[in-house]
Amino acid sequence: MSDRSPGPSGPLRTTPLDALHRSLGGRMVGFAGWSLPVQFAGTLAEHAHTRAAAALFDASHMGQISLHGPDAARALERLVPGDIEGLPPGRQRYALLTNEAGGIIDDIVVARYPGRLFVVLNASRAETDIAHLRSHGLSPELHDDRALLALQGPRAIDIVARLAPPAAALPFLGAAETDLAGIPVWISRSGYTGEDGFEISVPAADAAALAGRLLAEPEVAPAGLAARDTLRLEAGLCLYGADIDMLTSPVEAGLAWTIPKRRRQSLDFLGAAPIHDHLTHGPTRCRVGIRPAGRAPARSGTDIAAADDTLAGSITSGSFSPTLNGPVAMGYVRRDLATEGTKLALLVRGQRLPAVVGALPFVPHRFAR
Amino acid sequence: MAETRFTRDHEWVRLEDDGTLTVGITDHAQEAMGDIVFVELPVVDREVVEGESVATVESTKAANDVYAPISGRVAETNEIIAEDPGLINRDPTGEGWFYRLEPADDDENFESLMDEEAYEAFLETL
Repeated sequence: MSDRSPGPSGPLRTTPLDALHRSLGGRMVGFAGWSLPVQFAGTLAEHAHTRAAAALFDASHMGQISLHGPDAARALERLVPGDIEGLPPGRQRYALLTNEAGGIIDDIVVARYPGRLFVVLNASRAETDIAHLRSHGLSPELHDDRALLALQGPRAIDIVARLAPPAAALPFLGAAETDLAGIPVWISRSGYTGEDGFEISVPAADAAALAGRLLAEPEVAPAGLAARDTLRLEAGLCLYGADIDMLTSPVEAGLAWTIPKRRRQSLDFLGAAPIHDHLTHGPTRCRVGIRPAGRAPARSGTDIAAADDTLAGSITSGSFSPTLNGPVAMGYVRRDLATEGTKLALLVRGQRLPAVVGALPFVPHRFAR
Repeated sequence: MAETRFTRDHEWVRLEDDGTLTVGITDHAQEAMGDIVFVELPVVDREVVEGESVATVESTKAANDVYAPISGRVAETNEIIAEDPGLINRDPTGEGWFYRLEPADDDENFESLMDEEAYEAFLETL
């Protein structure tokens, strides 16, 4: 037996929940320089529990920063082709940091709180993002003293209603500074599993107490990185470094919906020219959902062939969908092959496995509306 | 009682009365892989060489290879695990076996594999 996934290297950082994870039997692995639990009871069970009840994830490895001052939104918009100036107080939005070439530096979440923008960054990109922001004259305040918890699943709302009644009134993508079980938090009704849920930024010193309080609720079970990955893949959501990177444009990635009309007209952001070109003429390749026939998962890096045996593209994320009880994947294919129902072949271990372009998300989103 | 030996790749190998070898993955291996969702077994009669990848196991996390502990011919495969891969997690050293191998040589290669005590000691070093 040998695990083909890359192993950790160098000393790993630990989150404020490290001792809690170990006491709960979490199997710790290296991820983006952090020691995090890949699973507790088992990936399939954690995945199912998230879809049926509520799961608690430690997202403390993610970067948390604030941008202060009245010009923060305008300054950030030079680096983001999204609508930040139009983001109302108490609301949050998914956005992309783009580079000169129209590639994606990171996918981020921006919330507006009184007097500041609160931004969550991918762990693997935080250092790069912060340097990028500074090099363009922004002065991010780093919240290295905070943890980030994600409470995800259809029962998450019941728990929040018990512990923080005001936060239970938040709409989808609403955000508030409030108390949760008596602990001051920045909480938003959001997540990356396709389920209703909350993301909770909490001072590091209070994080273990809050996590313990949430885990004491009868609906909640801890969940690890592996379940987080199968959940986001079922939801058709991109993983930075796999589905999107410096060489993919927002249009290719199917994320042009983050670029509002105002920004398409003003074209005043990094990478505006190449992104405008993709918006106008269409990209040569597109991110699609892929449904392999049979049961064999097709992993990242798998080559995709068209029906005529020409190279169609490659898989960027692939795993087994516990909800669908079968393999699912995402990848990039030539634009002429991106239509739902197009027949493809996946080149797995020397075999040609039939597959078809499928609709995203694989499992319907159940966000609060 | 049939004798069982172990490889550094976390396979167990049991010498059956008829001289064939039954191969599976150890409890340590299934535990490390997590929930197993797919198995690709070799075709019967395939000639395999020691160290060659013979089967593939996919968990919710990653793909893993299962290697031939010694050279020989694949005599039989356990089709039940192809239908129910979770059986490997539930009973890795019993019903979750992978395939039976007819050794190419006499048994001296089998003897060179780790016994249970040596394998336990090997696990301690990981």
